[in-house]
Amino acid sequence: MPFKNLKEIIVRQDFFSPGHGLCAGCGAAQIARIVMKIAGKNSIMINATGCLEVSTTTYPWTAWKVPYIHVAFENAAAVASGIRAAYDALIMKKKLDKDVNVVVLAGDGGTADIGLQALSGAFERGDRIVYICYDNEAYMNTGIQRSGATPYDAWTTTSPAGQKTLKKDLMGIAIAHRVKYAATATISYLLDAANKVEKALSISGPSFIHWLQPCTIGWRYDPKLTVKLSRLAVKTGLWPLYEHYDGFNKLTVQVPRRTPVLEYLKLQGRFRHIMDNQEELAKIQSYADELATKFGLGPVTE
Amino acid sequence: MGRLPKWNEMQEGFITNTLSESINKTGTWRTFKPIIDHSRCTKCGWCVIYCPEPCISFESSGDGKVVIDYDFCKGCGICAEECPIKCIDMVMEE
Ligand SMILES: Cc1ncc(C[n+]2csc(CCOP(=O)(O)OP(=O)(O)O)c2C)c(N)n1
Ligand code: SF4
Ligand code: SF4
Ligand code: SF4
Ligand SMILES: [Mg+2]
Repeated sequence: MPFKNLKEIIVRQDFFSPGHGLCAGCGAAQIARIVMKIAGKNSIMINATGCLEVSTTTYPWTAWKVPYIHVAFENAAAVASGIRAAYDALIMKKKLDKDVNVVVLAGDGGTADIGLQALSGAFERGDRIVYICYDNEAYMNTGIQRSGATPYDAWTTTSPAGQKTLKKDLMGIAIAHRVKYAATATISYLLDAANKVEKALSISGPSFIHWLQPCTIGWRYDPKLTVKLSRLAVKTGLWPLYEHYDGFNKLTVQVPRRTPVLEYLKLQGRFRHIMDNQEELAKIQSYADELATKFGLGPVTE
Repeated sequence: MGRLPKWNEMQEGFITNTLSESINKTGTWRTFKPIIDHSRCTKCGWCVIYCPEPCISFESSGDGKVVIDYDFCKGCGICAEECPIKCIDMVMEE
């Protein structure tokens, strides 16, 4: 049953506890908390190395109230596959009667770049795991280096004049592996995101969620704006909310009137260097227009 | 916190013996403190769900008002920004 209102999510038990060391206003903390509320007690959490992992598991503490494993930066999907295989074997031998949710939360670096081959293997084998990429569009944990998911023109410490390539299409990569379920999400559309996590958990093969996560440090904005930026990413058309199920794409949140991309970009210090550059702003706007055409979003209204 | 366990003293599965990080009081990070005006609050729950710690909840006793656990609130201001009726004020810590 899909979630119909906020209260149904709030009343779910929390398996992610305060006291973690993620920055004030960190969007990754919001994702971890919501995902755990929905996945629940009967889950195993796997992290790739990154902000979420280092800040929630500082020895001798843990913020996770479920079994948790971290191995390395590049192999979260392979770790999840191993856990899945072990559980499947124990269930087959009747040594366990209860199934578990095998859930990965990995950064964009850990997914789009270094972890891509492990993820491709898990997709290709059809391993029953839920893989969620929390995408803050750079390697934040090590000091804001660009990743394959860094958007065009964004400043990072290793793209000081702005990134000159487009963000990798992770959804396209997942879909090319014929995964049964793949979806985009972001925190400002909470019910949409929650229902996608619920659906991903019910799939019999691998499922993938690409979750856009504003990062106060790397995107250079006032921490109070995390949810607002997440909302603007959708409203500008730069982050279309859709899902892919059984071979078909479906838009899950329509944007009848798009906000100009400038409204999103101007709140972020990482785009400060292009604020007066009409040519670059027009390029990003036309990228949003392209996405809007592809997904059937409405026109821009000032 | 006393001496930390060595690797060979840890529980089976290397489970860290403290159950949660909730002994790590991140409230000390705060510069601005969110104050809820309960006379205006509609108990809609948006602040509860968006708090990244999380440290806002509905009080289980009494009239179920929304309470902030200042031991953990880092003062990010998301609750105040997202409150639909703007009944949370961010005030400078004393
Ligand atoms: C093989 C390897 N290379 C490099 C590192 C250093 N390292 C740790 S986390 C990280 C970046 C993580 O970026 P991302 O996956 O986007 O997660 P984020 O920190 O942004 O949440 C890097 C480069 C490592 N741990 N292992
Ligand atoms: S650097 Fe960004 S992703 Fe990392 S903890 Fe801070 S806000 Fe979160
Ligand atoms: S968001 Fe505002 S109105 Fe809603 S519960 Fe929180 S304080 Fe009350
Ligand atoms: S200021 Fe931030 S950390 Fe503090 S209660 Fe509000 S949302 Fe939570
Ligand atoms: Mg990242």
